[in-house]
Amino acid sequence: MGTLEMTRKNSRKWLWAVLGWLVACLLFFPIFWMFLTSFKTEVAAVATPPQLFFQPTLENYVEIQARADYLNYAFNSVAISVGSTILALLLAVPAAYAMSFFPTKRTKGTLMWMLSTKMLPSVGVLVPVYILCRETGLLDSRIGLIIIYTLINLPIVVWMIYSFFKEVPKEILEADRMDGASTQQELRHVLLPLALPGIASTALLSIILSWNEAFWSLNLTTADAAPLTAFIASFSSPQGLFWAKLSAASTLAIAPILIFGWFSQRQLVRGLTFGAVK
Amino acid sequence: MSSSLTVERHPETRPPEQRTHRQVSTLPLVAPSVIALLLWMIVPLVMTIWFSFQRYNLLNPEAREFIGFGNFTFILSDPGFWISIGITILLVVSVLVITIGLGTLLAILFDQEFPGQGIARVLAISPFFVMPTVSALIWKNMLMHPVNGLFAQITRGLGLGAIDWFANFPLLAIIIIVSWEWLPFALLILLTAIQSLDHEQLEAAHMDGAKPLALFRFVMLPHLSRAIAVVAMIETIFFLTIFAEIFVTTGGGPGLATTNLAYYIFLKALLEFDVGGASAGGLIAVILANIVAIFLMRSVARNLDT
Repeated sequence: MGTLEMTRKNSRKWLWAVLGWLVACLLFFPIFWMFLTSFKTEVAAVATPPQLFFQPTLENYVEIQARADYLNYAFNSVAISVGSTILALLLAVPAAYAMSFFPTKRTKGTLMWMLSTKMLPSVGVLVPVYILCRETGLLDSRIGLIIIYTLINLPIVVWMIYSFFKEVPKEILEADRMDGASTQQELRHVLLPLALPGIASTALLSIILSWNEAFWSLNLTTADAAPLTAFIASFSSPQGLFWAKLSAASTLAIAPILIFGWFSQRQLVRGLTFGAVK
Repeated sequence: MSSSLTVERHPETRPPEQRTHRQVSTLPLVAPSVIALLLWMIVPLVMTIWFSFQRYNLLNPEAREFIGFGNFTFILSDPGFWISIGITILLVVSVLVITIGLGTLLAILFDQEFPGQGIARVLAISPFFVMPTVSALIWKNMLMHPVNGLFAQITRGLGLGAIDWFANFPLLAIIIIVSWEWLPFALLILLTAIQSLDHEQLEAAHMDGAKPLALFRFVMLPHLSRAIAVVAMIETIFFLTIFAEIFVTTGGGPGLATTNLAYYIFLKALLEFDVGGASAGGLIAVILANIVAIFLMRSVARNLDT
């Protein structure tokens, strides 16, 4: 009886493994295929039948830099996503600190209101934002996108940091205060080390969202400030098939964010659902 | 949720003089965020409302004048607008059904213990981190291209001929791409929700002789209902304004076959330069999104313990 139960459990485990891995490979396949294609020549990329084994080449990676100045777009992406994340953290950390440790009766309302600004569909304000950017010279500028991404992500950043601060045991802070620590010391030596992992994963989420944002970047940039989302979109023109180069550019564009995402998947749930699912 | 059953210290338990001292200083900490968001929400919205009552074309800015509800009557009598509303609804509903249906099944699958589970899960959620322009172009070119795409090569190899996805089933193609991007999101959220389910309760029900289907129907699904609602509402807000995937693949075509509301407004604004018309359309999008948002906010507010 015992061994029968064991074998049944074991065989079920293997069934789950086969199913799970099948699904995982299917979902990941487009990314894998893109990665593979990035090392093919343009001829091999469109070959019939599709080639799984081929002589790999790095020529596409060299070409996208030489012909399209890939690094320029990559720099824009880094500057915009990191810039907007730092700005959002500067605004959000003090606000979240105040709201989680010194809540007033307005706190809940303020938090909910911040979240509600996230519900405003970007396309509803496309025209005014476009006109405002044009009037102020922020069209096709990194500063313009940094400001917009900061504002788009600010509610999520505040919410996430708020929920991390909430988890810091109040007893620790109070014990410290009894020992005569000043607010400054308390912040630097107690709160910051405790909240740092939370702030880091919030920053990661903010970078991921800014990096992949593709409404404002497509509509507000043309050349100078265009980030990678807009650069990749330029491959959509029907002239010529540059699949291998598209793949190389895409691989470089998604690699850092994919790795960030893998590391922060658990915190992402909290951020993306505004704490509604933990 | 049961995991947050920690002892809550209320502010009243602090010495009163300390509390008042600290609370005076919180306003300057919160104000910058609030003011920034207030400006971001009000200024463009007021401008949208203002423009929506004007005849205002950027190609002919001198002819700008107040025309009351003219833009709204024009848009509401434009068949293209109603087509775009229909396409938006079709897009939102079908991607919701696909991602949540499959997402629930996959969440149960990845909740099981099997060798290499962690890596398999990481692979499965990866599509969510791919930027929309990359996803759309990879699918359009390398998978769905009617001649050199992998799908066409496979079906032709099997003697079935090839499908020209973007010519014959453009909306279906967009639905597939967006579903691929968002299935991992549903999976990730629902998996987190399942893992907070008390597994002893499941075991007990199993011991009592409950069939797997009954377990799913009467234990799993009720537990997941809130997470499913949250996923549905967050996805709806994103799906109402799907843009990049359409922008790089079909450009709204052929004809208007893939022009959703967001793309309709984009065409009006940045191709026709019709500020008034685009603003009126934008306002309608805002109203639609707000109807959904009200439900989302309620669901979040219920879970907020301040």
